[in-house]
Amino acid sequence: MSTQPRQTAAQILQSYDGPRLRIMEVCGTHTHEIFRLGIRKLLPPQVDLISGPGCPVCVTPVGFIDEAIWLAEHGVTITTFGDLVRVPGTEKNLADARAAGARVQVVYSPLDALTYAKEHEDEQVTFLSVGFETTVPAACLVADEAFAEGVENFSLLTAHKTMPNAYAALRGSADVFLYPGHVHAITGTGLCEELVEQGVSGVLAGFTAKELVTALAVAVRKSEEGTPFFVNAYPRVVRPEGTPAAVALMERVMEPVDAEWRGLGVISQSGLRLRDEYASVDARKKFDMPRIEGRPNPTCRCGEVLQGHCKPSDCPLFGKVCTPQHPVGACMVSGEGACSAYYQYGGDQL
Amino acid sequence: MSKQVTLAMGAGGKQTAELIDKVFAKRFESPLLTADDAAVLERPAGRIAMSTDGFIVSPSFFPGGNIGKLSVCGTVNDLACMGARPRYLTCAFVIEEGFELEKLEAIADAMATTAAEAGVTLVAGDTKVAGKGQVDGVFITTTGVGEVVEGATPAGANARPGDAIIVTGDVGRHGCTILLARDDFGIEADVTSDCAPLWSSVEAMLGVSKDVHVIRDATRGGVGTVLYEIAAQSGVGIALDASAIPVDPAVGGVCRMLGLEPLYLACEGRLVVIAPAEEADALVEALRSAPHSKGAAIIGHVTDERPGWVVMNTEIGTQTLLPQPGGELLPRIC
Repeated sequence: MSTQPRQTAAQILQSYDGPRLRIMEVCGTHTHEIFRLGIRKLLPPQVDLISGPGCPVCVTPVGFIDEAIWLAEHGVTITTFGDLVRVPGTEKNLADARAAGARVQVVYSPLDALTYAKEHEDEQVTFLSVGFETTVPAACLVADEAFAEGVENFSLLTAHKTMPNAYAALRGSADVFLYPGHVHAITGTGLCEELVEQGVSGVLAGFTAKELVTALAVAVRKSEEGTPFFVNAYPRVVRPEGTPAAVALMERVMEPVDAEWRGLGVISQSGLRLRDEYASVDARKKFDMPRIEGRPNPTCRCGEVLQGHCKPSDCPLFGKVCTPQHPVGACMVSGEGACSAYYQYGGDQL
Repeated sequence: MSKQVTLAMGAGGKQTAELIDKVFAKRFESPLLTADDAAVLERPAGRIAMSTDGFIVSPSFFPGGNIGKLSVCGTVNDLACMGARPRYLTCAFVIEEGFELEKLEAIADAMATTAAEAGVTLVAGDTKVAGKGQVDGVFITTTGVGEVVEGATPAGANARPGDAIIVTGDVGRHGCTILLARDDFGIEADVTSDCAPLWSSVEAMLGVSKDVHVIRDATRGGVGTVLYEIAAQSGVGIALDASAIPVDPAVGGVCRMLGLEPLYLACEGRLVVIAPAEEADALVEALRSAPHSKGAAIIGHVTDERPGWVVMNTEIGTQTLLPQPGGELLPRIC
């Protein structure tokens, strides 16, 4: 029996009077829901919520957009999730390329991109394949299908990211991670257990108001105990073993690679690329693409925002030059980006 | 007669007359419908309201309606929002060459039925045919004249702190319906458009009280955009109770999947009403007695705090801003 009186999750958060505690949510959907629900206002001043690099659009490096534009300017039809169209490259974005005559087609899933390719046999079609473990299996499915069926006009330009090494790279930025529920629904909880042994604490969170507030309350309460911990506060969706079939598919089609995260730099073995057997559907190999290094806008502080080193409103561009209508940094493009959420929900106003 | 609309049908000759006779005249039949150059009408008593609106929705047929029904509802609802009983309507069609006559007849049927329900008479029309590819299917423009009910002066600048905010039913259904009808997402859900003529709802309210400060139909941009417009026009703040906003479960489910806010999805049969708090319960009761506002509910109130902003009181007891309306969510929804 607990000796503490029963409290609601919100009461636990509001009555926390321990030392400063930095909690990082590592998922763009969490960021958006935390803003939408005004969850920060439940927290005492010494609990900081940091919006981590969990929005796939936000961490896609400038050079990837430049690569996509290179393809588009070489006559390839680009199929992509809508958000990426407005992410700035070094000199322009895909919307600019489209206005200048490039073919850029917005799709809602990798499968739509493959379908488009099959319906347009006279075009070379490349899908901009970004996302975390949640979206990788779908990309692997279409890569596998296109490869197996010998679809000659379809390929993927990959910039997938995976979480394990990102947690390690970010460990200094937070005391507790709010782990992304959907990523671990695929990969399971083994990694979270291993991280406890390395001294990294975390709570796996769902996405409703109740689930998020509960997960934060668990984070606060467990932190008071003083030893590293992991709690799965999203057991209705995340099983310890994850989704083995999806993991097996990922491992068969893709392999780990060092990956550049916008704002964070290169994190060792934190990305995925297509295995060599899939060269015929790998745009970089298929089109013998040159190595393209992007140059981000030096004034943009997205990188520091993603690590919790500054608030969006600390960036000189925020809300003035950089708005959701005219984004300079990637964090302002996607609705799940920290800067966009901060801007849309009124920032410091409430 | 051809089964498709031809360019000759828009040329003004025999085939035009045949198209008008076969498709429009018999459906819109009334003593006021003119075969001459302009309708000549009795002048209504008091002040009149007049409004015009163009309709280009894609697809032109959707669950719960079609572009014809929409084109009548859109204009009569604009009149109703000014406290005006719709009286006369004109309509102008631009039809793409090759458009199926059967579809055009279904559109005209819907217009006739909706006009009859709204109590408005179609008095004049125009038909043009554009070459293949110059328009997409059919575009319709309607213009309406209504009679303003004596003593009613609703306007966007009239919201006052303390007023109650009412919506006349669940929000976001039309936008959600069009989104699904385009089949871009491969999502299937049982959602039908809320498209409806709303004079009966306004008439029921004005029967209770003429002192209704604001009536707006939440079309493009949805209830959220309308509330931001009212907040700016009236120089007031708006506080919403998130859990009181009626959302159909299927619409809510689609919105969660796609990351959309139901308050920013279009409605075509919903009003936002702002009225003194002491009248609110009686107005809601009156609205619920009208056929297209049975789901009316109070969703918040007007404040003098944070003028120009819409604040949400969330389900967990916190306050957040409703994000301001952004860019184009979905083109060609009406």
